[in-house]
Amino acid sequence: MKPAPFSLTFDGRRLTALPGQSIAAALWSAGILAWRTTRHGGAPRGAFCGMGTCYDCLATVNGRPNQRACLLPARPGDTVTTQEGTGHDG
Amino acid sequence: MTADLAVVGAGPAGLAAAVTAAGRGLDVTLLDAAERPGGQIHRHPARGPVPRPVRRLTRRLRGVTHLPAHHVWTVVRDGDTWLLHCVAGPDEAPATVRARAVLLATGAYERQLPFPGWTLPGVVGAGGAQAMLKGGLALPGRRVVVAGSGPLLLAVATTLAAAGARVPALVEAADYTAYARRLPALVRNPGKLAQGALHGGSLLRHTTRLLTRHAVTAAHGTRRVEAVTVARLDADWRPVPGTGRRVPCDVLAVGHGLVPQLELATGLGCATRRTPDGTPAVAVDGRQRTSVPGIWAAGETCGVGGAELARTEGEIAALCVAGDASAALARRRARLRAFADAMAAAHRPRPGWTDWLDDATEVCRCEEVTAGRVRHAVAELGALDARTVKLLTRAGMGWCQGRVCGQAVARLAGEDPAPDRRPLSCPVPLSQLAHLPEAGPEAGPAPEAPAPEAPGAE
Repeated sequence: MKPAPFSLTFDGRRLTALPGQSIAAALWSAGILAWRTTRHGGAPRGAFCGMGTCYDCLATVNGRPNQRACLLPARPGDTVTTQEGTGHDG
Repeated sequence: MTADLAVVGAGPAGLAAAVTAAGRGLDVTLLDAAERPGGQIHRHPARGPVPRPVRRLTRRLRGVTHLPAHHVWTVVRDGDTWLLHCVAGPDEAPATVRARAVLLATGAYERQLPFPGWTLPGVVGAGGAQAMLKGGLALPGRRVVVAGSGPLLLAVATTLAAAGARVPALVEAADYTAYARRLPALVRNPGKLAQGALHGGSLLRHTTRLLTRHAVTAAHGTRRVEAVTVARLDADWRPVPGTGRRVPCDVLAVGHGLVPQLELATGLGCATRRTPDGTPAVAVDGRQRTSVPGIWAAGETCGVGGAELARTEGEIAALCVAGDASAALARRRARLRAFADAMAAAHRPRPGWTDWLDDATEVCRCEEVTAGRVRHAVAELGALDARTVKLLTRAGMGWCQGRVCGQAVARLAGEDPAPDRRPLSCPVPLSQLAHLPEAGPEAGPAPEAPAPEAPGAE
C-alpha cells in the first residue's frame, strides 16, 4: 500500500509531501529550489549538499529558524517560510 | 550501564562492525545521526523498501542497542571508559552513552571546488542530489548536468537517469585512462570493473555524453541555474582558452569526490595520514586501531574506498575488539585499499582548478567571502595559511565551519588541507554544554603521521 500524501505550506502556498520526505525534498518536488536569502547579499539559497553538512538549506519551520531542511522530516501541517538573513531579523 | 563497544555511524562500516561484535557476544550500542540505518550510500525513504545490503545487516541487529537520530558531538575519556555525548532527536535532547571501546565509522562528505555561479539555486552536490533522490524521492529538475571528478559521478548520473532525468553530459575533470596505468589494482577487482561497465551501459541507453578532462567552469542564471559553461582542461586542470561552450540545464549536480569526516577522531587526538588524493584520513593499523588505545576507526573516515571496503574494515575492527582476527578479511582489505588508492590518485584535484575562479566568486558560501577577498588576504595582507585567511576574511567561520570551503581556502592559501579540527562535531544547545560535569572536551592536537603499519599488514 502506498503511503498517503499530506500537505504543508511554504510561504502560504499549499504543497503536497510524501511520508518520509524531508522538508527540502518536499520543496524540490514542488519545483521550489530556494527558501533562504543570505545575510549580506540577500541572495537566494536552497539545498546544496543534501546531507546536513553545508547548512545552506536553512529554513524557518513552524516559526523556528535555522532548521536544516534537508534533514528535517516533513510533517502534516508544517508551516515553512523563507528565512531572511539570520532568521532572527524579524 | 557500560557497553562493551559503542559504534558511531550506521553506514556499511558501522553496521558490519555492530553485527559482527554482537555475534561475538559483545554488548554493542550503535549510534547514528540519521533516522534510518544505512548511511548516506544506502539512504532510503521511511516506509519504502529497505536496500538489500542494509536489510541483510539490520536483520542481524537484534541484540544491538540501536540509537537512531543520535548525533555524537564529542567523545571524552572517563577513567577506563569513554563517554559519548549526543544531541538526540528533533528536540535536540541531551543523551550520553558509556562504553569500554569506541569505533568511529563517521563516513565522509563531498568535496566541493568553487566556480563562478556555484551558489545559484539548482547547483547541488552530486552526492546530495543522489541522497535526496534515494531518501526523499525528489529531483531538483529534469535536465541535469553531472560534473566534477570521481567514480561517484557515474553512479549519480545513472541514478538520476534511471529516475527519469535527462543527463545531457557527464563532465569529469580527470582522465579515465589514468586508471590504465594502475591496471594491477583494477585487474584484482573484477567486481569494480563490472560495476563500471554497468554504469556505462545504462548511461549509453539514456544518451549521456561523457566528457573527460573537462570541467564546468561557470554556472549561469539569475534566480536559478539555466546553463553551464563546460571547458576542456589541461593536465593541471587549467581551462584551455577558447574551448568553453554553453550547455543548457536546470540542475547542475557537482562534486569532486569524498573527504573523510574526522572531527571526533581529531578531537580524541587520533593520528591522521594523507591519502593519495591529498586528503587527511584517520591512520589505523592492520586491525583498524587508531593511535589512541581504545579507539578504533573503520570505513570512509580511514580513507574513502567504497562500501565493500567499509564493511570489511568494520568486520576487522569488531573482531579485533573481540580479541580475534581474520587473515581472509585482511587480504580483502589490502586488495580493496589498493584499488581505492589508485582511484584517489587518478582523481586528485590538480592545482589549476583555481583558474576557474574570478574575484567575484564566493568561496565561503556561509559568510559570502569572495575569491577576491581571499586572494587579497594572501597577496596583500600576507596570510600564509588557511587559518590566517580565515581570521582576516571570516572564510570558514559560518554555519558549516569550513566543511564546504575548507579545501578550497587551503588551496588558495597555498597549502594542502589540514585535518579538520572542530571541538563540537555538530551544533549543540548551550544548555547541554553548561550541564556537562567538566569544562568540556579536550581538543588535543592530532599528530599527522604515516599509518602505523602498511595497509593490510598483520
